[in-house]
Amino acid sequence: MRIAIIDTSTTRAAIISEGLRDAGLVDLVVIDPAGPLVAQVEASAPEVVLINLENPSRDLLEDFFAMSRALARPIAMFVDQSDAQTTMAAVDAGVSAYVVDGLAKQRIKPVLDLAIRRFQAFSRLQTELAEAKSALADRQTIDRAKAILMKRRGLDEPAAYALLRGHAMKSNRRIAEVAEAIVTSEALMGDLP
Amino acid sequence: MSAETFRIGFVPLVDAALPILAHELGFAAAEGVRIELVRDVTWATVRDRLLYGHTDAAHLVAPLAIATALGRDRPAVALTVPFVLGLNGNAITFSTALGEACGLGESLGDPVVLGAALKEVAAQRLAAGRPLRFGVVHRYSSHNYMLRYWLAGVGIRPDADVAITVTSPTFAADALAAGEVDGICVGEPWNAIAVDRGVGRIALATAQIWRRGVEKVLALRSDTAAERPEALTALLRALHAAAEYFVRPDTAQDSAALLARPEYCDAPVEAILRAITDRIRVNPGSAPIAYPDFMFQYREAANFPWRSQAAWLYAQMVRWDGLRFSAADAATAQSVFRPDLYRAALAGSGAPLPNASSKLEGALDAPIGAGSTQGRLLLGQDRFFDGRAFDPDDIAGYLAQLP
Repeated sequence: MRIAIIDTSTTRAAIISEGLRDAGLVDLVVIDPAGPLVAQVEASAPEVVLINLENPSRDLLEDFFAMSRALARPIAMFVDQSDAQTTMAAVDAGVSAYVVDGLAKQRIKPVLDLAIRRFQAFSRLQTELAEAKSALADRQTIDRAKAILMKRRGLDEPAAYALLRGHAMKSNRRIAEVAEAIVTSEALMGDLP
Repeated sequence: MSAETFRIGFVPLVDAALPILAHELGFAAAEGVRIELVRDVTWATVRDRLLYGHTDAAHLVAPLAIATALGRDRPAVALTVPFVLGLNGNAITFSTALGEACGLGESLGDPVVLGAALKEVAAQRLAAGRPLRFGVVHRYSSHNYMLRYWLAGVGIRPDADVAITVTSPTFAADALAAGEVDGICVGEPWNAIAVDRGVGRIALATAQIWRRGVEKVLALRSDTAAERPEALTALLRALHAAAEYFVRPDTAQDSAALLARPEYCDAPVEAILRAITDRIRVNPGSAPIAYPDFMFQYREAANFPWRSQAAWLYAQMVRWDGLRFSAADAATAQSVFRPDLYRAALAGSGAPLPNASSKLEGALDAPIGAGSTQGRLLLGQDRFFDGRAFDPDDIAGYLAQLP
């Protein structure tokens, strides 16, 4: 069963192909998002196509499928009521699939389930990465604010941090927000006596 | 609260204006409904979110609503269109090179004269093994049907003499710039942006092909429409109020600024303002031309879902998908458009309510008063460029006389 993966994120495409390979589905074609889409899909003649829901080429792809004169013409998968749950899970995860007509459902469902799990894992990774980035930025801001307080008020580091923390608690704000305000005001008014 | 919320999917286009305005300017709140807007760049995704419950309603290209109800390329899902979001508002933009080859001047082209010039260029390109390529926004879009209607009407066979491909509206100017296509038929502001970027020039407004062509619609799954009649009524009243506001000349600047925002069209205010005020800049740097028939969001009961409009779209689907005419499919297609829901929702408002649910399309040479159960209804010139009229009761006869 040949599966084509079309994704604007090459990282996610790699994560999905790895998962499919681990599951023993090794006949994979990863479509290069920078290359001509239709020509690549046509040349690879896939039986299953996985594409991210927000891919800007979905209308083009559906047009190609509709126009295709090949016998094995992929159609949108799992659109009947019996599979409504899987389809909704797929749409929720952000993946859309097309399957050649007549391919047995029990063969396709594991592929889609796996793609859904990998899409979800990718979103989690992205969220974690964003959180890690923001935590790092927070720490840098706090360090700069501490340095400003140490210099301006002649404090040592624990005292500068305690001041920040105390003010954050009193004003019901995050320490990073208070630190940000100090860094900003220093940038604007640090040269004033 | 959740019962009164409508999540509405849309594609960044000027004619997504009514739900956006209804949400932003309080027309929805005044009717007791909440709107959440969900932005996507492809119609396939707008449709999928609607079918699988991510959204409750969608700004949709009208033929796609009919194709979905008829189960073209997928199992059928019953859809309901109680409100038309606009008539026309699209244009055909040529690449600079094709514009020169066809002798485009400083104004909009004449469909017949331009068609003859295009026919020659198309023949040359076909003979050279590089047929002209046009991009439309979806296989089931009014853009596709308008472009094909014009081409066939001037003796250019779509799919044989020229190729027609699909390009998402937000990427249409890029496709033109990259030389992937020689022309595009898309909605605003994407024609204006192609011109402003210097990669194309506007050849025709689609209103020159059909003066009052149905464009985007508000579509819901029929089960949603049936389950939430009161909330739907409130939504339609809010959209009607938004439409009345949108066409007031003194609101154009504000509407343009709103639609330009990153979460909506994410496009220059000036390009959007031109579309709203029916002005078209055909060439980079030239002064915009006023073309009052460019787009209709309110006047002439533009939001009324005429069943004959759905019938015309079905006829084009039969024509270009190579289907056999089926009276049952024609009935299904027409039943997607729901003038009864429009009337029920807007009874007691200022909206003119037509007596009839269907009309001859393309039969009016001049504005004429039409029968209405409420308000005064005036319908404007609605001709097709070739002078043919469409009788929704004789679709087979109409198809037989088309080129």
